[in-house]
Amino acid sequence: MKMLGQKNNRDNREGLKGWLNPLRYGWERVSYWLQRLTGIFLLVYFVGHVFETSSLVGGRNAWDTMLEMTQTTWGHTFLIMVIGASTFHSANGIRLIFTHVGIGLGKPGRPDYPYYPSSLNTRQRSGIWIALILTAVAMLYGANVLLGGD
Amino acid sequence: MRELDNMTVKSDKKAGCDPRDDSFDLKKTTLRVFRTNTAQGKDSHFDSLVVPVQRWTTVLDSLLYAKSYLDSSIGIRYSCRMASCGSCGMKINGIPRLACYTKISELEDPVVVCEPLPNFPVIRDLVTDFTQFFNHHKSINPYIQNLNYDKTEKIDEVSSSHSHRQSREEVDKYLQFSYCIKCGLCYSACPTVATDTKFPGPQALAQLYRYYADSRDAGKNRLNIVDDRHGLWRCHFAGSCSKVCPKGVDPALGIQLLRSYMLGISKDKRNV
Repeated sequence: MKMLGQKNNRDNREGLKGWLNPLRYGWERVSYWLQRLTGIFLLVYFVGHVFETSSLVGGRNAWDTMLEMTQTTWGHTFLIMVIGASTFHSANGIRLIFTHVGIGLGKPGRPDYPYYPSSLNTRQRSGIWIALILTAVAMLYGANVLLGGD
Repeated sequence: MRELDNMTVKSDKKAGCDPRDDSFDLKKTTLRVFRTNTAQGKDSHFDSLVVPVQRWTTVLDSLLYAKSYLDSSIGIRYSCRMASCGSCGMKINGIPRLACYTKISELEDPVVVCEPLPNFPVIRDLVTDFTQFFNHHKSINPYIQNLNYDKTEKIDEVSSSHSHRQSREEVDKYLQFSYCIKCGLCYSACPTVATDTKFPGPQALAQLYRYYADSRDAGKNRLNIVDDRHGLWRCHFAGSCSKVCPKGVDPALGIQLLRSYMLGISKDKRNV
């Protein structure tokens, strides 16, 4: 990005601190925060998942030992969180794909007071709520399967 | 004339706002004002100042009261007092707002915390440095570029042969973005600006869309300026810029529409 001769000043930049409190700017900022959080969480999970499955090369005993670690209540709770994170990240991601190409945002017009930004419209908010509801349903189903017993 | 005065007093009393009315309730609120002086290298701290407020008192009114009667050294930048100049932007109770456009009664908080705008270097107290912000704005060439315009022609000839009449629909495509007062609130609320100094920010990108969507503009290289990993593609649609904009500009909309053109979803800028 070409800047006109001014050195970049980081003074008073919020940095990652600005991401920690998503409640100041409404549901869109919460969705932005959750998208990032679930993305990082899933990345950590995938690294762990590759490590877990790589134990297969150590033979059946090594695989069984690794499996014992995951077949616990905490292991199942972690998997339920993985289900929730992947569901939200996917559902909200689909909404973002559409918004990033300008679909579902409304059209520019003449703003009248009080101003309601058309990009933060009901369709967008509904998309966020649908992603959250799907996440809750997927997590409940996962909990029922993993922790519900026979 | 006396009749008119009586009517005014009567209507004020009806609203319970007349200072001459015994039932008039003059409340007080505490301002917590961020204080620092970077030139003198002083440590930052908050000063608490108790100021009287009425139903219509804005944060700027109360700050000016504090500056007049309690502490004249408070540094504030302001000008029009009517949300037109964009000078008095500051973080009020955690959210970037215009001080002249924020009534204390609407905050519903006994304490009003005033801090300088985040993501802007602080000069003194509530005054921030807009140099980098304006540099980003300049970098997108915020003016109409039209190569057909021949500068050697006389004004009369230009108006007759190169008039740029626009339909209402053509105007509607960019009008809301031209209401930007460059107050910096969107830049301050943006989580990407918070971490990436090279990102031009919602204001500059929305202005780029404003000139791009203008049917009078023929600038071909305009989009190349922001086609960069620190440019347009860095926006992740948190929507905070549109949430805090005091003029209904909706920068998030402009950025996404610009991106739709760059991705080829909208092939003709007149169709966006």
